[in-house]
Amino acid sequence: MAMLEIENIYVSYGMINAIRGVSFTVDRGEIIALIGANGAGKTTTLHTISGLLRPKSGSIRFNGTEITRVAPHKIVSMGIAQVPEGRRVFSQLTVLDNLKMGAYIRRDQKEIAHSLQTVYGWFPRLKERQNQIAGTLSGGEQQMLAMGRALMSHPQIILMDEPSMGLSPLLVTEVFNIIEEICKAGTTVLLVEQNAKKALTIADRAYVLETGTIALEGKAADLMNNDRVKKAYLGE
Amino acid sequence: MNDFLATLINGISLGSMYALIALGYTMVYGIAKMLNFAHGDIIMVGGITTFTVMQYTNMPPWVAVLAAVAVCTVLGVVIEKVAYKPLRGVSSLTVLITAIGVSYLLQNVALLTFGTENKSYSFSFLTALNWQINEHLIIQGSTIVNVVIMLVIMVALLLFVHFTKQGKAMRAVSEDNGAAQLMGINVNATISLTFAIGSALAGIAGFMYIGTYSQIGAYAGTMPGIKAFTAAVFGGIGSIPGAMIGGIALGIIEQFSKSILAQFQLSALADAIVFVILILVLLIKPTGLLGRQIKEKV
Ligand SMILES: Nc1ncnc2c1ncn2[C@@H]1O[C@H](COP(=O)(O)OP(=O)(O)O)[C@@H](O)[C@H]1O
Ligand SMILES: [Mg+2]
Repeated sequence: MAMLEIENIYVSYGMINAIRGVSFTVDRGEIIALIGANGAGKTTTLHTISGLLRPKSGSIRFNGTEITRVAPHKIVSMGIAQVPEGRRVFSQLTVLDNLKMGAYIRRDQKEIAHSLQTVYGWFPRLKERQNQIAGTLSGGEQQMLAMGRALMSHPQIILMDEPSMGLSPLLVTEVFNIIEEICKAGTTVLLVEQNAKKALTIADRAYVLETGTIALEGKAADLMNNDRVKKAYLGE
Repeated sequence: MNDFLATLINGISLGSMYALIALGYTMVYGIAKMLNFAHGDIIMVGGITTFTVMQYTNMPPWVAVLAAVAVCTVLGVVIEKVAYKPLRGVSSLTVLITAIGVSYLLQNVALLTFGTENKSYSFSFLTALNWQINEHLIIQGSTIVNVVIMLVIMVALLLFVHFTKQGKAMRAVSEDNGAAQLMGINVNATISLTFAIGSALAGIAGFMYIGTYSQIGAYAGTMPGIKAFTAAVFGGIGSIPGAMIGGIALGIIEQFSKSILAQFQLSALADAIVFVILILVLLIKPTGLLGRQIKEKV
């Protein structure tokens, strides 16, 4: 059984049908890339999984449990975390408080402290700046904070929405390396990207989203050699 | 000199009450992004509760205040659940009109049950606290109590929002409700908590109202509500210290305008000053003294 199963979901904003019959699955331990142009419906898909949006129809199951109508805060408790597009760190709170917000659903202080050390291990910059107000961090640091914050809930799966957006090429490489490490350490990753080349490099499988429907799917390595993908997303 | 001091002190006393009410507006606005225009009427309910306990039982004043706080807290949470929660996500104008409806409802229920006449009551313990500074200057017991309560609550609230998990979650919701939900914060529960706190403070303000004016009636909440709303806007809506500064400033401005206008037999105009201030702030600095620019979601 797949860890996350999205089955034929339809999502709309009023009259705009943003997602029209999308289905895909994510298995435990995988990195799955969901690539697509701006406006294809990637963020809408992630928001629907996290419960911030309700699908008009279709079903989302997590470890076999229906979560389609579950409240967002409960979905986090079940083990699904999200790094939202544009980071959305709490700019008035300190770095440390942002990380603690990530652990909001957890009670065991010892385990929280342990997660904090793990996050600081991946992002040493966050430790150096733990008492700084998050709004004063650079874009790259905010991205790391958003990732660290999501990890603080100790999720089974982490949904990442365009983590490379607005970062320098050097930082993009660093962020993608860390995503691979996060997966190796046992957290499943659903990675949404416009940077298809980078995403396909680290992903096991990928889905291509075009105007609200899945246009292509397959092994990441195969998709990289697919003519249509090459032309439309890899700029070759 | 003594006149000046007396006016200033009265202003601070009144301003402390406005500050407490403004806190309710500002916190609810910060979390739920709505103007709860029924907030003033919750003060009236707090005042009537205080009055009723004092008049018809032999309980000490603190029991009356506690009763007012309890009644207002429950009332605030229920109003939010019944009237505002179903409107989440619809246009803010709809919510505003609903809030005005709730305000009329509360006033009319009060008119029915409490009557149309204002009723008088003065706390003997407040008079006992009166403090004679010199021949001409006396600090009222109600002033001392108002200022002390306001300061204690302000410090407690600041400690709460800056140092507790729930308080930080509130600030997170206030800044970005969607991101807060992604942290596992229950936004509905946070909004309920905010209404509970704001309404509890309105209950205390109801007691302050009787302490200050020695009377209470069904329309008692209207003017303090509007003035405190102005204070919240003046200080920067959404900001807790802003509510305090705005409240005190407005109380002082009101008292001085009253005493100046009185010399020209125009004291009836004093309340209009408040609205002039509201309009000026909205024109010149809509974010108020301490307010932050609210980022529009793109
Ligand atoms: N809040 C919204 N209201 C109306 N339409 C929206 C909203 N958010 C997104 N859309 C529309 O839904 C479609 C998918 O958007 P989105 O999921 O953000 O795409 P992506 O993340 O792939 O760039 C787009 O056509 C977009 O204009
Ligand atoms: Mg997007």
